Amino acid sequence: MRVMAQLAMVMNLDKCIGCHTCSVTCKQAWTNRTGVEYVWFNNVETRPGQGYPRTYQDQERWQGGWTLNRRGRLTLRAGGRVKKLLSIFSNPLMPSIHDYYEPWTYDYENLTTAPVQQHTPVARPKSLLTGKNMKVRWSANWDDDLGGGPELTKDDPVLKKVSDKIKLDFEQTFMFYLPRICEHCLNPACAASCPSGAIYKRAEDGIVLVDQDRCRGWRMCVTGCPYKKVYFNHRTGKAEKCTFCYPRVEVGLPTVCAETCVGRLRYIGVVLYDADKVLEAASAPDDHDLYRAQRAVFLDPADPQVQAAAAADGVPRDWIQAALRSPVWALINRFEVALPLHPEYRTLPMVWYIPPLSPVVDSLTETGHDGENAGNLFGAIDTLRIPMEYLAELFTAGDTVPVRNVLARLAAMRSFMRDVNLGREPDVGIADAVGMTPQDIEDMHRLLAIAKYEERYVIPTAHTESGDPGQLAHQLEELATECSLDYDGGPGMGGSGPFGESSGGVTPIALENFHMLKQRQTSDTIVDPGDKSRRVNLLNWDGKGAADELFPPRAEEPQSSSEVPDPHEAGDGDPRR
Amino acid sequence: MSPGDLLLWVVVPYVAIAVFVGGHIWRYRYDKFGWTTRSSQLYESRLLRVGSPLFHFGILLVIGGHVFGLLVPESLTKALGVSESRYHLGAVVLGTISGFMTVAGMAILIYRRRTVGPVFSATTRNDKGMYVLLAATILAGLTTTVLGNALGHSHDYRLTVAPYFRSIFYAHPDVDLITKAPIGFQIHVTLAWVLFAAWPFTRLVHVFSAPIGYLTRPYVVYRSRGPTDLGSRPERRGWEHVGSSSSTDRS
Repeated sequence: MRVMAQLAMVMNLDKCIGCHTCSVTCKQAWTNRTGVEYVWFNNVETRPGQGYPRTYQDQERWQGGWTLNRRGRLTLRAGGRVKKLLSIFSNPLMPSIHDYYEPWTYDYENLTTAPVQQHTPVARPKSLLTGKNMKVRWSANWDDDLGGGPELTKDDPVLKKVSDKIKLDFEQTFMFYLPRICEHCLNPACAASCPSGAIYKRAEDGIVLVDQDRCRGWRMCVTGCPYKKVYFNHRTGKAEKCTFCYPRVEVGLPTVCAETCVGRLRYIGVVLYDADKVLEAASAPDDHDLYRAQRAVFLDPADPQVQAAAAADGVPRDWIQAALRSPVWALINRFEVALPLHPEYRTLPMVWYIPPLSPVVDSLTETGHDGENAGNLFGAIDTLRIPMEYLAELFTAGDTVPVRNVLARLAAMRSFMRDVNLGREPDVGIADAVGMTPQDIEDMHRLLAIAKYEERYVIPTAHTESGDPGQLAHQLEELATECSLDYDGGPGMGGSGPFGESSGGVTPIALENFHMLKQRQTSDTIVDPGDKSRRVNLLNWDGKGAADELFPPRAEEPQSSSEVPDPHEAGDGDPRR
Repeated sequence: MSPGDLLLWVVVPYVAIAVFVGGHIWRYRYDKFGWTTRSSQLYESRLLRVGSPLFHFGILLVIGGHVFGLLVPESLTKALGVSESRYHLGAVVLGTISGFMTVAGMAILIYRRRTVGPVFSATTRNDKGMYVLLAATILAGLTTTVLGNALGHSHDYRLTVAPYFRSIFYAHPDVDLITKAPIGFQIHVTLAWVLFAAWPFTRLVHVFSAPIGYLTRPYVVYRSRGPTDLGSRPERRGWEHVGSSSSTDRS
């Protein structure tokens, strides 16, 4: 037994309202730079839907993740090491930018500099890749809230897998939201695909990271990840991915997506697992066994033997304590309501989901039944608006039994807690029916419905042996407590290195944003390939500052208010016209 | 030996070799982040699918041919019973095939780079210079081989260019040999030296990160975070934390 600790996440889909706050704050924090305009480390997709990038779940096409070969051994679906090296010059399985979407901005300048004309001037969309006019045909959330359905929705690879019956039922539309980040898998296919060995799993907390200094841009990780959560930065030529906000979790703060989630549906905690069992679990012969197999890899932190082994393997004491209080562990193993996303990819993902139950109570009530009566609820689960087969394709490789059990527990909780809240004697039979104790149900209710901040996020801080906590806090400070020019290789931030655009050191993101903000105000073109920092990005415009020529020049002498300045004049004054 | 010859056939090669080796060491130490293929596959893959493997496998064959032709002395192949004419025939056939693969691939890639909007936008001045130099070197080499054989007076470079090349590494350059070679070879060799000198400062450095280690390493890489690797800001060179705490073990 080799005990390792992993920071993992659970998302309660019942509470997701699809507001995209997580996506936007994540983008603000991590991917509002050139080269990653099209990248969303966190995205929220409407299910059913094509997802982002389009149809990424169709592994027949994209060949992501692992599969068992004829001898039952675990191999990368896209091919082994030799095949990877032979296809290194042109990866046939890499999504193109159009499978994500072509990033664009708008020609806002035209709004103020257009000459007098009969029609209102418009800001035309300009491609951020070429600077040319473009037609916006797709974006990260083109089919949000079933937009474009059923025409677009029918291409959902998950929907295609479930039976024809559901396709017909689909006329009565259902939908729910699926927020996605990197799964930080126990058996990451991206890391296994990387020819350079630049992607690694951090031994301390299991976070999967890309070493920017070792990545050589071979692009195999993009193919390897079945969730398509490794992205290619087209300016620097390096892979980038969700970092689980490691600078935040190292000091005990939740990730940005979790912190800003208005539904409070994300849970972060430590899970202890046996690293020696990972391969065996990922090689389970039957896809339906993968959910159970992965749970068998996890170790019970309350077990004294596990605690001793963890301590012997160097897991810090406070991490073991945190594992005991971990909401993720509780949701996966004690309440058994969290399920992995696409276990059939065999990467052993570590972001799990509580499947949605929501519409059931309302629809039951509409039919004149008591929507929160346990008997009614249990009966209704099989005829849910969101078909159980669809959920099963997402979370259990098509096995409806675990999904049904989870939904039954969620329904039981509602029914049981209604009695508690109304001051009636709770029906112990409800708890028994789903194999839980009343105490379990009340605890689960507290975690899911009350969802206190300290209980949702149990994040032990990273251990530094540098000793001086003050020094550490200073190092970790993302705020400008030091001069912003004061970093390795500074102050040459912005612009190109001597050997083409991406050369030179990595600019810390906080600095890059700062300089982008400043330089944007002096930029006069929409796209300037010669300079990675000079693009207009309204996503992070803070309302301060404007490009020099965004507005017509002020007249030298203030004119009388009755005189309207001639826009022609302003336009002619522009040297670029 | 005229001063011009001295400059062209002694000074230029040694400077180029020094810049090539030193430049790579320096670039690797100070610009690991810029050390990448800068792939443009994300923008366009239809043309790349044909052009890139054609060019890369072609150039690998060409490099292999050069290594063999330049480093293996004629006396050795003779001793092994391969006559000059048979060697020459093999070299010309293989060289022409791989040369045309390379040129065809390169033509597709350059066409793609110029006509596909996003790819052209992502092309830096450095790239353009590198393309000119690389294309000129390849074309000079292929033209010399093809023309020489087509016109019937082929030249046995293994008696001039190859020994001259080896003599550079013996620190005893034999300028007379290279000056006896036809002008086509001389142009090709000179361009190559310039290309080698520019090499470490272009994206061509990706050649030296060919991921051979992938064949033997374990699939999943685990790495420990060192005690100083916290947060996104690395400790600055020369400002590492000092004192008893910084030297604690990284367990």
